[in-house]
Amino acid sequence: MTAPARNRPPRVGDSPAVRRTLITAVLAIGAVLVLAPLVVILTQAFSLGFSYFAETITAPDTRHAILLTVLTALIAVPVNTVFGIAAAWAITKFDFPGRRLLLIVAEIPFSISPIVAGVAYLFVYGLQGLFGQALQDADIKILFALPGIVLASMFVTAPFVARELIPLMQAQGRDLEEAATSLGASGWRTFFSVTLPNIRWALLYGVVLCNARVMGEFGAVSVVSGNIRGQTNTLPLHVELLYHDYNTVGAFAAASILTVLAIFTIIAKVLLERQGAGRGGRPALAAPNAIPAEKPQ
Amino acid sequence: MKIRLENVVKTFETFRAVRDVSLDIESGELVALLGPSGSGKTTILRMVAGLEFADGGHIHFGDQDATDIPVRDRGVGFVFQHYALFPHMTVAQNIAFGMKVSKVRRARQEIDARVAELLRLVRLEGLGDRFPTQISGGQRQRVALARALAVDPKVLLLDEPFGALDANVRRDLRRWLREIHGELGITTIFVTHDQEEALDLADRVVILNEGRIVQQGTPEEVCRRPNSSFVMHFLGDAYRLPAQVEAGIARIGDVALDAPSCPEGPAEIYVRPADLGWTNSGSGMPAVVTRVIDRPDGRRVLADTDAGQSLEIDVPPETPVRASDRGFVQINRGSVFPAA
Amino acid sequence: MPGLPLSLGITLFYVGLIVVLPLAALVFKAASLGPEDYWRIVSSARAVASYRVTVLSAFVATIFNLLFGLALAWVLVRYEFPGKRFVDAIVDLPFALPTAVAGIALTTLFAPNGWFGSILGEIGIKVAYTPLGIMIAMAFTSLPFVVRTVQPVLEDLDPALEEAAQTLGGTDTSIFSRVILPLLVPALLAGVSLSFARSLGEFGAIIFIAGNQPMSTEITALLAFIRLEEYDYQAAAAIASVLLITAFVMLAVTNLLQSRALRYTVRN
Repeated sequence: MTAPARNRPPRVGDSPAVRRTLITAVLAIGAVLVLAPLVVILTQAFSLGFSYFAETITAPDTRHAILLTVLTALIAVPVNTVFGIAAAWAITKFDFPGRRLLLIVAEIPFSISPIVAGVAYLFVYGLQGLFGQALQDADIKILFALPGIVLASMFVTAPFVARELIPLMQAQGRDLEEAATSLGASGWRTFFSVTLPNIRWALLYGVVLCNARVMGEFGAVSVVSGNIRGQTNTLPLHVELLYHDYNTVGAFAAASILTVLAIFTIIAKVLLERQGAGRGGRPALAAPNAIPAEKPQ
Repeated sequence: MKIRLENVVKTFETFRAVRDVSLDIESGELVALLGPSGSGKTTILRMVAGLEFADGGHIHFGDQDATDIPVRDRGVGFVFQHYALFPHMTVAQNIAFGMKVSKVRRARQEIDARVAELLRLVRLEGLGDRFPTQISGGQRQRVALARALAVDPKVLLLDEPFGALDANVRRDLRRWLREIHGELGITTIFVTHDQEEALDLADRVVILNEGRIVQQGTPEEVCRRPNSSFVMHFLGDAYRLPAQVEAGIARIGDVALDAPSCPEGPAEIYVRPADLGWTNSGSGMPAVVTRVIDRPDGRRVLADTDAGQSLEIDVPPETPVRASDRGFVQINRGSVFPAA
Repeated sequence: MPGLPLSLGITLFYVGLIVVLPLAALVFKAASLGPEDYWRIVSSARAVASYRVTVLSAFVATIFNLLFGLALAWVLVRYEFPGKRFVDAIVDLPFALPTAVAGIALTTLFAPNGWFGSILGEIGIKVAYTPLGIMIAMAFTSLPFVVRTVQPVLEDLDPALEEAAQTLGGTDTSIFSRVILPLLVPALLAGVSLSFARSLGEFGAIIFIAGNQPMSTEITALLAFIRLEEYDYQAAAAIASVLLITAFVMLAVTNLLQSRALRYTVRN
């Protein structure tokens, strides 16, 4: 894979012209499309000096937005994690009719627009929705308040933990758990001492991605939160608000917090992938050359 | 096509895989490269194919220096250990691949006719539309061979061609490959670590160890006249018996064996179970039987000599012998080498 | 093994409450419109214009990602170059970066006075507040899909397949087009459909850069959002249901294409 040496015949695409062209093209496009946005966020955030930056991110509205975002994540991520583990356990450790359907339904949020999610929640908890009237009568506020934001966040991230665990637990099979229970371990004991150690990196991986999405979710939350400044504004919504107030530098200052979160997410992802989590641990979508040999010698 | 390797050398990082190998292969010959893993046999095969370049030395195809000819122009047919069939192509498409990508344009009918002919040759008529996943291992092996033959190669190279197959499929395919070779007369080199396979199939066996050729010759030559203890051991179960050579005769106690070419002094006699005999009375190495194993084709006696050596001896099935019998081990044949 | 009632109970409750209930409510709301009203809303000129710009932009962005993603996966798997690990890691930025942040960053870059916008402006190309801007935002947010689906398959590709093709006389071009590319098709399909679905539904990154002019740069998701803000809930439900149905159709088509593309792996 290194530069083709005299003693190694070239593989497809090893000719220097192809190599150089491809690497240059990819790096150039990547720089424009991926690296430049990162750079522009940080330069814009500090374009009026550090004190302005500090002022913006410590302003009460920003502080409240950060708080709300963290609070949302503190609720949504653990709940989602419990669901992810339960779903993976049910789907991989048991055979029951409708397993495939359940899997497909759980994956739906991944393929639909967050706006659709937001709109859908309005029709459940909004005044014009299924439970709207009842909730108002009971004086319970879900929409345009924290519960709505949490629910919408849970919707968009529902498959995040489960989809990391299911392929892994499927590949690991049921032998270990069956052995543990046959030795008299309880279900909880089996889970904590046998299953969990084997899936901990994949679990953490799912949690990290889930957290990033919850903290960064914009579309769905923007529908259900009502965008009330200083009350139901999460950090991404606050970025929009500042931007539309023509406070571009302020918007980028707030955005830089989310960018730091993104960078930490990527670093965590790389570290976890080294532990075998994520795409490394997941079987390739289709192993096209996996024609199993009849009997390995 | 005659193939000649001249002082070929190949090093991977720091591992010297092939050290100064020279080898001549006659046109139409069927040659086995036999050796344990790491002996450099596959590397040699890949260098002949052009899948690796030699660090030093030359490879000639006929009168042409092929050392620097790229693999696609070398005109070899290569059968990979796990066949490397294209999984997204049917059997027929796999076989047709070489003709389709060839510089020589062929009409579709011509390709189809050739594919049909090859399917007949490898006895897979009617399976042309299957995908590789849908046929058995032995069938895949034959598809791989048909695909390699489709480009009319000057040389056919096979890397552990039967390594991934069941024992009985393996035996059938071996005989069949021999037949095909007889029919086509194409120069063929195959790599194996299985001495039985090499002896069964090849005109000539080249035995390799640690990147060097240790011995080459017909199966008879390497079996009857092994030139080293390595070859003796590698070709099958062998026991080493310390002996003394005097005046061209090796002796262990009152057992004597001709050793005309062995220098005087301490030596080692290498014997196989079939080279030994058992007698309850007479002469030989005194021993006691520990176990008798009966098999469809004979009887094997496990015995400990008084000198403290455990031996296995093949005897005719009617030989009267039982565990804990005392008697004598006779040496009917053996190879004598000076003591290491 | 223990735990079925508990784990399945949690799963069904969660999926039911979080995923199924809201979607059912949306479908119910849209269905309550009656066919004529529904059709009037979803076939209005403004809605149709939004479909056109959304689908067209998503299509262009996906084609771009198909080519760029394939090239990027190839470069990451096949070549060594300084900074490769950094490039490999930063490919995930579009997934990790909140879409609103991406939106304002791209807008700033491609606005007429931005780093790229000013250069492109000189040669007469306007990006921000045009469909081209929508395409760039979509391309950014769905960039990792093709790379990340193709990369593992390319890594696992048996080198012997390429070698076999070489011994049979294949050139780089013929081996790539006849052996390597066909084996990547299932992964490419998966990546492309994820990328396309994401682009169709994307909101946050687009609304900043799009200009949001009805009939020209207004995407369907935004139209649904605007109808909500106008308290026209029925229209919002109808338009959101179009997005929902499209997503389901995409899922079904993708599964169908996948199983066709992978039919050679099915044993008899």
